[in-house]
Amino acid sequence: MRKPEVPTRRRFLRLAGSAAAIGAVPLASLRPAAATPDTMAAAIRTIVGTAAVQPGKVKLEIPPLVENGNTVPMNVSVASPMTTHDYVKSIHVFNEKNPQPNIGNFYLGPRAGRAQISTRIRLADSQKIIAIARLSDGSFWSASTEVVVTLAACTEEVM
Amino acid sequence: MASALINVPKKARRGDIIEIKTLMSHIMETGYRHTASGQVVPRDIVTSFTCRYNGEEIFRADLFPAIAANPFISFFTIATDSGKFDFEWIGDNGFSETASATISVE
Repeated sequence: MRKPEVPTRRRFLRLAGSAAAIGAVPLASLRPAAATPDTMAAAIRTIVGTAAVQPGKVKLEIPPLVENGNTVPMNVSVASPMTTHDYVKSIHVFNEKNPQPNIGNFYLGPRAGRAQISTRIRLADSQKIIAIARLSDGSFWSASTEVVVTLAACTEEVM
Repeated sequence: MASALINVPKKARRGDIIEIKTLMSHIMETGYRHTASGQVVPRDIVTSFTCRYNGEEIFRADLFPAIAANPFISFFTIATDSGKFDFEWIGDNGFSETASATISVE
């Protein structure tokens, strides 16, 4: 036989716990999902598969100190002769802390003449950016850089 | 047409490496922003950009929300023949824009 519940310490704690849980849900859903070094590694794996990524050949230029994360100039170049037998197939750029780990995939070919691309990107936080180049021989080369962002992109409110 | 800005040299010598600069007017809404009342602003971005030189694809890009508004993309190609560059942007909500530029190669 169950006794009617009386206000006990246990009951108080249970109520407090559920109230905290209800309060926590909207807070968590307001915060955008963030890419982590793990999701970045997973995104890189979907591009390179099991191949090894070697540092070198790639030059990733981003200002080291960024005032406004909403538009950050980025320039990626790869040391390659860009001949029909030895050229850069694609350049992939990843980040650690934006809501999504991908920034862009750029597909070139031997007709490019020079393996270099420029664009403008968004950065939600100070973080590490990685550029990976796929060469025509199947090898992968990378460069990374740390960027400090003072005004973050993506997460501000819209009026 | 007016929403795209293209910079391609008008003339080049055969074999020259030329730079092509493109800018497309687009909000590139990330889908990660909220209104003051907490509602998510739906994603609206350009997802793909392609450049063809006399019909052959020479450059393509997949874009993500991490590309800034009004996506600017610049890249290089070898001037091989006189002709036409065709540019195409494709995005969310049926967004599709094209632009073209001509080049004379001597």
